[in-house]
Amino acid sequence: MKLELQGIEKHFGAQTHLYPLDLTLVPRAVTVLLGATQAGKTTLMRLMAGLDVPNQGRVKADGVDVTGLPVRERNVAMVYQQFINYPSMTVADNIASPLKLRREKGIVERVAELAAKLHIEPFLARLPAELSGGQQQRVALARALAKNAPLMLLDEPLVNLDYKLREELRDELSQLFAAGTSTVVYATTEPTEALLLGGYTAVMDAGELLQYGPTAEVFHRPKSIRVARAFSDPPMNLIAGNAATLGVALAAGVNLSVPLPAGRSPSVTVGVRASALRVTQRPGDVALPGRVELAEISGSDTFVHVHTAVGELVAQLTGVHQFALGEAITLYLAPAQVHVFDAAGDLLVAPMKEGI
Amino acid sequence: MARIDLDLAHAYKPHPQRDEDYALLPLTMTFDDGGAYALLGPSGCGKTTLLNIISGLVKPSQGGVKFDGVEVKDKTPQQRNIAQVFQFPVIYDTMTVAENLAFPLKNRGVPADRIKQRVGKIAEMLEMSPQLDTRAAGLAADAKQKISLGRGLVREDVSAVLFDEPLTVIDPHLKWQLRRKLKQIHNELKLTLVYVTHDQVEALTFADQVVVMTRGRAVQIGSASELFERPRHTFVGHFIGSPGMNFLPASLLTGAPAGATKLGVRPEYVTLTAPNTPGALPATVSQAQDIGTYWLVTASVADGSVVRARLSPDDVIPKPGQSVWLGIVGSHTCFYANEELVA
Repeated sequence: MKLELQGIEKHFGAQTHLYPLDLTLVPRAVTVLLGATQAGKTTLMRLMAGLDVPNQGRVKADGVDVTGLPVRERNVAMVYQQFINYPSMTVADNIASPLKLRREKGIVERVAELAAKLHIEPFLARLPAELSGGQQQRVALARALAKNAPLMLLDEPLVNLDYKLREELRDELSQLFAAGTSTVVYATTEPTEALLLGGYTAVMDAGELLQYGPTAEVFHRPKSIRVARAFSDPPMNLIAGNAATLGVALAAGVNLSVPLPAGRSPSVTVGVRASALRVTQRPGDVALPGRVELAEISGSDTFVHVHTAVGELVAQLTGVHQFALGEAITLYLAPAQVHVFDAAGDLLVAPMKEGI
Repeated sequence: MARIDLDLAHAYKPHPQRDEDYALLPLTMTFDDGGAYALLGPSGCGKTTLLNIISGLVKPSQGGVKFDGVEVKDKTPQQRNIAQVFQFPVIYDTMTVAENLAFPLKNRGVPADRIKQRVGKIAEMLEMSPQLDTRAAGLAADAKQKISLGRGLVREDVSAVLFDEPLTVIDPHLKWQLRRKLKQIHNELKLTLVYVTHDQVEALTFADQVVVMTRGRAVQIGSASELFERPRHTFVGHFIGSPGMNFLPASLLTGAPAGATKLGVRPEYVTLTAPNTPGALPATVSQAQDIGTYWLVTASVADGSVVRARLSPDDVIPKPGQSVWLGIVGSHTCFYANEELVA
């Protein structure tokens, strides 16, 4: 389905939940709505679904104006954070319910096929309450898929699951999305989840749509500091600097040779992703000596918080590394790896990336 | 502060026969005085049961719990002198932040000047000093949870502080700050801390020693690097790391030690190699994802096993459908028999 939102906005009383925005979803692809809690993701999804009516603007599905058309009269499948199933129906009947409503044929086969895809075949005769959280959410997902709706909306569907289960189910979901023909919208607060799902990402913050584009492109070329902040985990390191003859001058006499475009503001902000900082030196690197404040370990990465002359920095190192609090450390940075933003927070320079 | 010795098992029914009858299979472990420990595992693994046994909310069906060598299994949490922090804020909305932090001390009859000093110190550590006179009711969920953490840490005379998934309600951006605060506080106060979580980042960052649990069993106790480099059980390899360790039949490659049936290699240590390199396998790429800071390449080898490789953006990233050679065996490769590490 081609879903277009034109100039939509939403208020509740005096409060604005969504500022005017335009968004045309890429049909038959996954669009991730990325933003912190209260960014407006759920409000936007409710407008897409027809659960709410925008105060201004139009919603069009395949070119037809559906603004104000209630959700019942649209063909939309939804999955929520909470595991929502019919408690008195078996798993099989839960999955079959949208099929029965449409009086479809071959229901048993279709239910078996979906249950197999989501690994819940052994539980078909059970009630949802007899299943674990992960299994219950699989049932809700299977029911949403059974609907085979042209538009599928998922509002942080994995947030209430253990991370390992989340990893597994996210993988399976992206394969199902890729194999299907629905236009999928998937809300999340986690940048890594957006990157793993791929497709397209719409970054939201405080009721505004900040940027929409292919996920990798939005990540590598965030339009503004706000986008970069919303789309970095750990947060992007932001360092105040001044435009100098040969690039950017930072505090403590650190100079980065980054060619800046003409006509920019004299004061700039340098954005450095945690992964751009290393502990091994390469030719052309700038050295940033400092002191370890904390090393956080995620299992696959170590995030080292370092106090340096240019400010507090976070470096992402692959694998597990142990550092003592207060230990001396030197971080290295290639000037070609930085983002530079102007005084208004708009992107001036991004690292060169093939294909982006 | 106390050293805690556990030598116990906990069964659901009176006469346990099989492993499934146990919430906790027999285990022996020691938490050193002043150490930071995490109990890590998926839901249903027994970690919360173990925490409740330490605190005194649950009595083990076999064996006992010693604090500084003294058996405490029949003692209440109050008698054991335990402080606890739960998933959701447990505070008094009508009190100010300072009154909330002071409450556990007042209850124990600590002198007023000492209370003031201690509350000031904890508030400073948690960066809540400016809010000390603010009523708790008006604060955001994460600020309230910070008060809960402060209340857990405010007493110096507790045997241990137990945390049950304390960062659940905190926004991802703020979790960073709080994990770090907890670590700094532990460094400064040297309390015995036991922290239950299903989140590997929290466990590995916070604890000196992590107890990895699955199905009522503690499968490994170790530091973050031990769990990452030498998982003693395949479950640890799978559970630690995103994605977890790759496992392949040991027979696919030569050089496996006798008796080993499985080989484990982390995606971080899989490399692209030239054809026929020793320790490498031919594979067909099924997916290549740009995860921003690295590329995640998924490929399948001859027997259909899936191997994931985490590659640097500086590598030449293969495309789906492409045939490649993946370096599997190296100094980081682990070998398993019966899911247990053998080499």
